[in-house]
Amino acid sequence: MKIKQLSIFIENQPGRLYKALEILAQEDVNIRALSLADTSEFAILRLVVNSPEKGMEILEKNNFIVKLTDIIGVELDDTPGGLTKVLKILNDENIDLEYLYAFTHDQTSKAILLLHANDLDEMINVLDSNNVKIVPADVVYNL
Amino acid sequence: MFWDEKAECMSREEIEELQLRKLQATVKRAFDKVPFYNKKYTECEVFPEDIETLKDIEKLPILTKDDLRASYPFGLFAVDQKDIVEVHSSSGTTGKPVVSGYTKKDLDIWAELIARGLKMMGLDENDIIQNTHGYGMFTGGFGVHYGVLKIGATIIPISTGQTRRQVEIMNDFGTTCLIFTPSYGLHLGEVAREEGVDPTKVGLKAIGFGSEPYTEEIRQRIQESFNAPAYNIYGLTEIMGPGVGMECCAQNGLHIAEDYFYPEIIDTNTNKILGEGQKGELILTNLEREGMPVIRFRTKDITALHYDTCKCGRTHVRMERITGRADDMIKVKGVAVFPSQIEKALLKVSDVEPHYQIIVTRPDILDEIEVKVEASQSLFFDGVKEMMNVQNKIADYIQNEIGIRVKVTLVEPKSLPRATKGKAKRVIDKRNLH
Ligand SMILES: [Zn+2]
Repeated sequence: MKIKQLSIFIENQPGRLYKALEILAQEDVNIRALSLADTSEFAILRLVVNSPEKGMEILEKNNFIVKLTDIIGVELDDTPGGLTKVLKILNDENIDLEYLYAFTHDQTSKAILLLHANDLDEMINVLDSNNVKIVPADVVYNL
Repeated sequence: MFWDEKAECMSREEIEELQLRKLQATVKRAFDKVPFYNKKYTECEVFPEDIETLKDIEKLPILTKDDLRASYPFGLFAVDQKDIVEVHSSSGTTGKPVVSGYTKKDLDIWAELIARGLKMMGLDENDIIQNTHGYGMFTGGFGVHYGVLKIGATIIPISTGQTRRQVEIMNDFGTTCLIFTPSYGLHLGEVAREEGVDPTKVGLKAIGFGSEPYTEEIRQRIQESFNAPAYNIYGLTEIMGPGVGMECCAQNGLHIAEDYFYPEIIDTNTNKILGEGQKGELILTNLEREGMPVIRFRTKDITALHYDTCKCGRTHVRMERITGRADDMIKVKGVAVFPSQIEKALLKVSDVEPHYQIIVTRPDILDEIEVKVEASQSLFFDGVKEMMNVQNKIADYIQNEIGIRVKVTLVEPKSLPRATKGKAKRVIDKRNLH
């Protein structure tokens, strides 16, 4: 159920983000979703790819620092109010949300929201009990 | 245990009286026998009869390694070449090396001083001492060798390298003391474990280590690796070799043999003499050396001196662990900062020492230091807040060491320049100070 996300340390230097994405593309690792958290000195690049282990290996071989981080994905109606509905549930249940990002894809009309919290299992419980559908990891990798 | 209790426990008055007598004789001999000193002192208008008190040594010019190099090879010898029985030489990484010449008596004094140190480490004629220092022009090998013979212990003159054989011999012969450089010692411990020999079970009583800078953490690691106390041995080829300073059981600084050497601490920039306990550059003078008396030599080693009587009972001055080289020192906001202090702080956040670079700038009128640290798996977290915390934690540790707040920036692995030959360039000073 948990999605393995690649978290990559990127120095704020021209070309480093491109370099990371380029070497993944060369090795046929496809990116499903991407987010970048940046400061003035460094950034954390977060990627969901079709093959996380392979992606990690390739990046490490090229001297990037990579960690596999568990996140979860939930389906959203791609309509106004879809996102706020999920956030309200998490807020009402005091879930400490660390970050989120979303992506859409061709195969369904729904967007997928990717979430990371300090206590991931508790977040899963809360979403389950509020009938929010959690997307299996395999489905996200193979979209 | 003392090798020469009378010499090692003299009162301060006795030491100073002896030092003055020996200094006067040394300066006179140097002036009379060595053209280099004759010329230099005449130029400075200072003469042997001007040395009336120990303090008068400050009238004499300070010698640099370049002064000694200029006399290559035998220009500083104060005896005929036929009376020199052995020569050693410092490594000449830049320019000509410095040659050190010894008479029979000089070698005997050398052995005597190492013997004192071996006794400080608790060793005697029953011990088996494995000397992994290189035998050759490097003073480490032979210096220790002569001292071991002096106390009548058994010497294993195995020299450096052949690490598997070192392990085998250490185990089979029942070595009770190892002599090594810190880096080789740590390597030896690892190889022993790979070979199935537990170095903590060999029965070592003591370790003598030297000829490389070290931190207290490195000493701890050595002691844990071999389960034996490790004592620092200090020396330099120009002055004699190992044995100038030796650490006693108190492990609280190295006793400088004050009956043979006169130590001073100066401010590296102003050459001003500093007081007890103040950190600065060590200046050494041979008080009794026939072959090649060296007077007021700039060692470039940064340390401080303490004159109170040691717990071990010895009265000879103690010098602190060398915390840096005058070459490496940077003055920032009026404070002396050494790369070794940064290294010490970095070892607190990461098991392996991360690559780093110190960049000093002066954007306006105030100095600023930035320390770039290569991130690694153990220094990377999937959160901006956590990463900021890592940077702050490193900055805290560095502030603890140097007393100044620095900016810490994490950079990607292998992004900082590596050493091509010799040392990596750790410090980039972008200030326009001249
Ligand atoms: Zn002592």
